[in-house]
Amino acid sequence: MALDILQEKGVPLDKQVFTWKDLVRRPYSKLDDDAFTRVCVIYMNGIMADALRTKHAFARMNRELREPLALIRRLEQYEQTLINWLNPADQTPLETTLGFEQVAIEVTASVALREPDPYLAQTYRFGLLEDFDHLYRYSALYDRLEGKDPNNITQSYTDIIPGRPTSVEHRHPLDDLRRPYDKRAAHPLTKLHAMSITAAENQTHDYYMTVGPFFSDPVARQLYAEIASIEEQHTSMYESLLDPGESLLEKWLMHEACEVYNFYSCVAFEKNPRIKEIWQRFLDYELGQLHYVKEIFQNVEKRDAAEVLPSTLPEPIGFKEHRDFVRKTLNQEEDMASNGQDYVRMADLPRDHRSYIWRDQLNSDGSPSETVAAGYKWIPGTELAARTPRMGSTFEGKKVH
Amino acid sequence: MKTTTSDMGRNRTGVATSPIDSADITQEAQKHQPSHLGDGSLLLQVRQIYARESEGLGSVPPPVSLKGVAKTAVDVLKGSKPTVFIDKLGERLAFERSGTRLYEGALAKFDVYGSWEGGPTREGLEKIYNDELSHFLMLTEALKSLGADPTAMTPSADVAAVVSQGLPLLIADPRANLRQSLEALLVAELADNAGWEMLIELARDLSHDTLADRFQLALESEVQHLLWVRGWLAAGVSVEARGAPAREERAGTQPRV
Repeated sequence: MALDILQEKGVPLDKQVFTWKDLVRRPYSKLDDDAFTRVCVIYMNGIMADALRTKHAFARMNRELREPLALIRRLEQYEQTLINWLNPADQTPLETTLGFEQVAIEVTASVALREPDPYLAQTYRFGLLEDFDHLYRYSALYDRLEGKDPNNITQSYTDIIPGRPTSVEHRHPLDDLRRPYDKRAAHPLTKLHAMSITAAENQTHDYYMTVGPFFSDPVARQLYAEIASIEEQHTSMYESLLDPGESLLEKWLMHEACEVYNFYSCVAFEKNPRIKEIWQRFLDYELGQLHYVKEIFQNVEKRDAAEVLPSTLPEPIGFKEHRDFVRKTLNQEEDMASNGQDYVRMADLPRDHRSYIWRDQLNSDGSPSETVAAGYKWIPGTELAARTPRMGSTFEGKKVH
Repeated sequence: MKTTTSDMGRNRTGVATSPIDSADITQEAQKHQPSHLGDGSLLLQVRQIYARESEGLGSVPPPVSLKGVAKTAVDVLKGSKPTVFIDKLGERLAFERSGTRLYEGALAKFDVYGSWEGGPTREGLEKIYNDELSHFLMLTEALKSLGADPTAMTPSADVAAVVSQGLPLLIADPRANLRQSLEALLVAELADNAGWEMLIELARDLSHDTLADRFQLALESEVQHLLWVRGWLAAGVSVEARGAPAREERAGTQPRV
């Protein structure tokens, strides 16, 4: 049933309360919960991280809104804590990384399929193929560093194969900027999509920048450095889709709507009742925050929030596998590149193009993403499962070594 | 490249590095009372509250073949819990598979650092690598023969991975030389030996005698691994303690077993 966000008032701010025990709950199970439960947790942590990030930036640029921003930010910091702390301690940073890439693939695929603006849809497909390759590179790292199977985390929903090779994803900064949507003409879903994917990618960048130094292996450290750099490119790319002409309050209002939409999507998906109850609670909290900001918006901007907000929310995000779509996109668009704001075939870029120069410089001492996955082909049980028979071991006979 | 591990240098971690400052902060710390009453047991009490609310790390997946379903049903009728064996087999499989990567890493270090008198040989490390790999295969086949999924991460496999997180971390650290890396291999082999012993006991208890016989062969090779690794490490420590220069050529010897 569609949610009427202008009618549903949610929970008022003074009723949005927490305790430390409440914030630090029993995490989901790495082994037993559905991979998309992990996807939702990682994704919503990203959405809430961006809620804070954006509102801190607003507060640094606006004196009048500092108090309401501080009030909302504090509540959202608690929400983010509760969500992020659902990640279990037996899930290593590399395993969580695999989850991050599954988010980037499956959520971006859902968004790309539903995006009404063809230019933005192409941008999501473009980024999707790059994150798709990251899953393959990190999978090789997980397999080769620790002897573990990445599919234990992705649970057979997502292909583990090369995408657009990470080593060719490095571009000149000006080739990562895109044309923004037009705030007056864009469909509300276009705005929600752009904000959501920007948030997810920004958090991915920040996560890799945090955990990269925890690794001891030099290729692992290089790989995190390399892919963090791509996530910075993606953040630049996706955030450039946002119309800079939107007023600060309009952006704030839409961000609250974006948070509502994403919690609403999680409620629609989640099968684990313990986790679903959290999504429902925060959906109600975010509705309360939306209406609080809506009042400020209408008082300050002297216009009806209904001009900006959708009355009913679009279809929820599809937290499910998109293998057919991703394979088709890979088949048709792997060799895409960007020239400024436009998409071109890689072969059509002149060899002295600024992005080639940028990429060649970075790769001139070797490419970590190529090193880590040299000859790598995922099979169930890790690549060692394919190597073993060549060792001449026998099971039926007596000799085992 | 540094082959020694215990040279005197500018280590700053102890209080003796800064006698004046450390005396001052120690005195200051003694002057102040804790802000709240109690002791470290409060932390443990909170952990106990969470433990009571926990539902564990996860479960063992159901059998994947009709044969597995039938075996499970028979075992349940006999009053036993077949998933315990599957869980522990999954643990050993994961441990052997990760162990293979550890020895790959050790071999890479051997090529850089060389060995020492009584230290590892390439043949010795390769032998253990091959054993780990073939034990992994044997366990894959054992799980399949019981109708279980050898690709699943069982709760015990997860526990073993958490316990041994530091092992690949040290082996992959280029700053840790071969002798230091042997510390990780020693921990791995000690756990591996105990793990195989307990798995054999469990197999015999559950009347999986054919499997138990095969596991016994694996244990015999693991016993050898432990003796070697312990011997290599002890020799390395001893060589450095005697002040003997580390030999950088790749010519260590295997201890007698």
